Amino acid sequence: MKHKNTVKLEFPSIPDNVALARVVVGTMLANMDFTLTDVDDVKVAVSEAVSNAVLHGYQNRSNGLVYLTITAEPQGLEIIVEDYGRGIQDVEKAMEPAFSTLPERMGMGFVFMKSFMDKLEVDSQVGRGTRVRMFKASLQAMRAVQ
Amino acid sequence: MDLDASLSGETLVVRLYGELDLRVSDNLRPRLDKELDRQRVKHLLFNLRGVDFIDSSGIGFILGRYKKVKAQGGTVALAGPNRSVHRILDLSGMYKVMSGFANESEALKALEGGKQG
Ligand SMILES: Nc1ncnc2c1ncn2[C@@H]1O[C@H](COP(=O)(O)OP(=O)(O)OP(=O)(O)O)[C@@H](O)[C@H]1O
Ligand SMILES: [Mg+2]
Repeated sequence: MKHKNTVKLEFPSIPDNVALARVVVGTMLANMDFTLTDVDDVKVAVSEAVSNAVLHGYQNRSNGLVYLTITAEPQGLEIIVEDYGRGIQDVEKAMEPAFSTLPERMGMGFVFMKSFMDKLEVDSQVGRGTRVRMFKASLQAMRAVQ
Repeated sequence: MDLDASLSGETLVVRLYGELDLRVSDNLRPRLDKELDRQRVKHLLFNLRGVDFIDSSGIGFILGRYKKVKAQGGTVALAGPNRSVHRILDLSGMYKVMSGFANESEALKALEGGKQG
C-alpha cells in the first residue's frame, strides 16, 4: 500500500455493531500485507475491544457511543476503540487471564487482544471511559526487523 | 436461522450457524437453555460446521452450557469447527474439558456409544 489510510467510525453501543466493526477491519486488512491467520486474529481482537465497550463500558445500555479509529499504513494496522463509559478500576488486574467482573464471562477478552496483536495499550479512568489501542505489524514490517 | 436443535438418543444435537459473538450468544443463550430444560437431555453436542467466527462471548456461551450439562452428569462434545474456530477453542482450553470431533456422526457415536459400555 502506498498511502496511509485512516477510517473513523462512531456508533451506538449495541451488540449488532460488533460485527460491523469486524467487517470494516476485515475489509481494510484484505488489501494489506497480512496472512489469513493475521486477519482472523485482528478480527477477534477488535471484536473483543468493541464487545467490552458495549458490555462493560456502557453496561449494555444502547445510548453510549463507541469510537473506532483504524489506521492502515505500510508498517501495519492500528486500531483504537474508545468509550465514555464506566471505566476500569484496576487495568492491570482486568488484563489478567480469567479476570471478569461479570459472573457468566470468562475473562478471555484481553488475553486474546494481547496474544493476537503485537501491541496493546489500555488507558482508563473510572467514571470517564476507556481507550484501547492495538497494533498489528505487517509482514513487510516483520521482515524489516529480522 | 442460527440454531437448530434435535434430540438423538440422549444427546441434544445443536447445529450453530454464523458468527458466535456478543449479539448472537446473547440471543442463543435463552433459546438453548429452554431446549435443554424442555427435553430429556443428557449429553450436548455442538456441531460448529456452520460457524465462521467465534470470540470470547461465543466461548463463554459454550462453556456456560457445558457447566449446566456437566452438573446434571452429562458430557459435551464439539464437532466440525473450521480452522480458525478450532484455533480459538484450543487457545481457550475448551478441549481440556470437552472432546473435539471432526464431524457430528463421529461425536454422536462416542457420546451415545458410551452408555452401553
Ligand atoms: N471498556 C471497558 N469498560 C469498563 N470495563 C472494562 C472494559 N473492558 C474491560 N473491562 C473490565 O475488564 C474485565 C476483563 O475484560 P476481558 O475482556 O478480559 O474479560 P470479560 O469481558 O469479563 O470476559 P470475556 O471477554 O471472556 O467475555 C471485564 O470483566 C471488565 O470488568
Ligand atoms: Mg471481554
